[in-house]
Amino acid sequence: MSTPAEVAAPTLTLNLAHDVGEVLEYHFMINALLAGGIVAVMAGLVGWLTVVRRETFAGHTLSLMAFPGASSALLIGVPVAWGYFVCCGAGALAIGRFSDRATGSFNEESVGIGMVQALALALGFLFLSLYSGVLGSLENLLFGNPLGVSDAQLTTLAIVAAVVVLALGVLARPLLFASVDPDVARARGVPVKALSAAFLLLLGLAVAATSQITGPLLVFALLVMPAATAQALTARPGLSLALTVLLGLAIVWLGMGLAYFSVYPAACFITGGAFVVYLLVRLLGATRRRLIARRLGPLAPPPVPEGVIA
Amino acid sequence: MFSQEFMRNALLAGTFVALACGVSGWFVVLRGQVFAGDALSHVAFPGALAAAAAGIDERAGLFAATVAMGAGIGVIGGRRLGGAAGGEHAAGPADDTTIGIVFTFILGLGVFFLTLFSRGSGGGAGIQAAHTLFGSIFGLTAGAALLAAGVALAVTLGTVLIARPLLFASVAPEVAAARGVPTRLLGVGFLVILGVVAAEASQVVGALLLLGLLAAPAGASQRLARSPFAGMGLSALMAVGAMWGGLVLSYAVPSLPPGSSIVAIAVVIYYAVRIIT
Repeated sequence: MSTPAEVAAPTLTLNLAHDVGEVLEYHFMINALLAGGIVAVMAGLVGWLTVVRRETFAGHTLSLMAFPGASSALLIGVPVAWGYFVCCGAGALAIGRFSDRATGSFNEESVGIGMVQALALALGFLFLSLYSGVLGSLENLLFGNPLGVSDAQLTTLAIVAAVVVLALGVLARPLLFASVDPDVARARGVPVKALSAAFLLLLGLAVAATSQITGPLLVFALLVMPAATAQALTARPGLSLALTVLLGLAIVWLGMGLAYFSVYPAACFITGGAFVVYLLVRLLGATRRRLIARRLGPLAPPPVPEGVIA
Repeated sequence: MFSQEFMRNALLAGTFVALACGVSGWFVVLRGQVFAGDALSHVAFPGALAAAAAGIDERAGLFAATVAMGAGIGVIGGRRLGGAAGGEHAAGPADDTTIGIVFTFILGLGVFFLTLFSRGSGGGAGIQAAHTLFGSIFGLTAGAALLAAGVALAVTLGTVLIARPLLFASVAPEVAAARGVPTRLLGVGFLVILGVVAAEASQVVGALLLLGLLAAPAGASQRLARSPFAGMGLSALMAVGAMWGGLVLSYAVPSLPPGSSIVAIAVVIYYAVRIIT
C-alpha cells in the first residue's frame, strides 16, 4: 500500500478528469475518501441536532476527550481508536450528569462541562508525559491523519456510523421534540433527561470517529459548521438536514482532494472550506435582510430570525 | 526548594497569573462565558505558532491572537453576551455556535502555521507546539517571570477597577444600561482583559489546560461566597492555592507535569465544594 510520502510530488493539472483519476489510483486515497464520506454523513446528522440543542460546548469538550483517550491508549499499548471511543463515551456520561437544565442554571451547567474538560486534559497530559516511548507526530494526534486510514479502521468507522445513524433514526421524533421544547415534552411524558444522556453518548461516538479524520481540535469543521450553514439557509428541518449532509460531503471530499496535491494537511482545507461557506451564507443573509427592511420601510415587521429554532 | 532559581521564577509568575485567573474567572462564570474563555485560551496556540512561523517573539503572537479574539467575541456577541443571572437568552448559548465556528477556523490556521513552521525548522516545531499547548512554567527565565508577574498584576488591578460597573452590567444589564452604564463597552473591555489573562496563563499552564484555572476556583467560590467581593477574593485565594499546591507537588514528584497537577488540584477543589454544598 502506498503512503502519501511515496507518491512523487503530485501536481494539479488543468485536466480535472485526469486529476481525479490519479487520486483514485491509490488505495490510501480511496480509504480516505470513504472514511471522510462516512464521517461527514454521521457528523452532519449529529451536528445538526447539536446546533439545535445548543450543545456546542459539550461537543467541543467531548472532542478533547480524544486527547486523554489517545495518550492512555499509547500508555497501555492498545489501538488509539479504542482509547478515543472509550474516553469519549466516559466523557459523555460525565457531562450528562451536569446537563439537567430543569434544575441547574446555564452557568452551573457550563462550569460543570468545563471541569470535565479540564480534568480530562490534565490527565491526558499526565499520560503523555508518563509515556516514554516514541510519540508519533504531535500533529497527527492533534489534527488527525485522514490519508492514513487502514482497512480495519475503515470497518470500525462504518460500524460506529451505522450504529449512530440507526439510533438517531429511532430516537429522532422524541429527541427533536425534547430539544425544541423540553418543558412541553416533559409534560407530555417524553423522558427528556434520558434522551439528553442518550444524545450525549451518540455525540461522543460521532466526535470520536470525526477526530480520526480532522483531529480532535477541528471536529467542529464537520460537526457544527455545515449544520450552522444549512440552518442559516433554510428553516425547514428536512431540507436543512439534507443540506447539512451534502455540504459536509462536498467539503470533506474537496478538502482531501486538495490536500493530496499540496503539502498542507487535509484538516486545513476542510476547516477553511467549511468556514468560508459559512461566512458567505451569513453575509448574504444579512445583506438580504437589510435590503428587505429598506424596501418595506420603517413600518416593516421585525426580520424573521434565521435558523430553525436558534 | 526555594534555592532553585527555576522554582522561584515559577512561584513568582505562577502566583500572579493565578491571581489574575481567579479574579477574572469569577466574572467569566458569573457572565456565563466559560465557553468564550475556553475559546480564547485555545486561540493562544495558533497565535504562538504564527509568531514562530514569522520568526518573531512568540509572546507577540500570543497576545495579538487572544486580544483580537476577545474583542471579536465581544463585538459580535455584544448584544446577547451582556447578560447573566442564568437567563437562557441572557447567557447566550446561541452565540456558542458562532464562537465554536470562529475558533475552529483559527485553530485550522494553526495547523497551517504548524506545517509552515515545521518545514522550516526540522524538529523544533513539535516541541514549540507542545510548550504552547501545555505550558512550561519550570522553563521561565527570571526576566520572563518578572514580566509575566507584572502583566498579571496589571490585569488584576484593571479587573478590580471596573469590578463595580461590570458587576452591575452582568447581573442586571437592562437596568444598568438605563442608568447610563456603558454595558456594551464593558463587555468588550472585559473580554479584552480576558484575552490578556489567557495569553499570560497559557505560558504557565498552557493553552489547553488554562480553563481549569479560570473556571474551577470561580465555580467553587460562586457556591460558597454570599457577597460578590468576598466571592472574588475567595476565587483568587483558591486559584493561588491550587497554583502553589501544584508547583510543590510537581517539584516533589518530577514525573508529574506542573500544568497537570495545578489544574487537577483546582478541579478537585471544585468537586469537593460541589459535594459539600
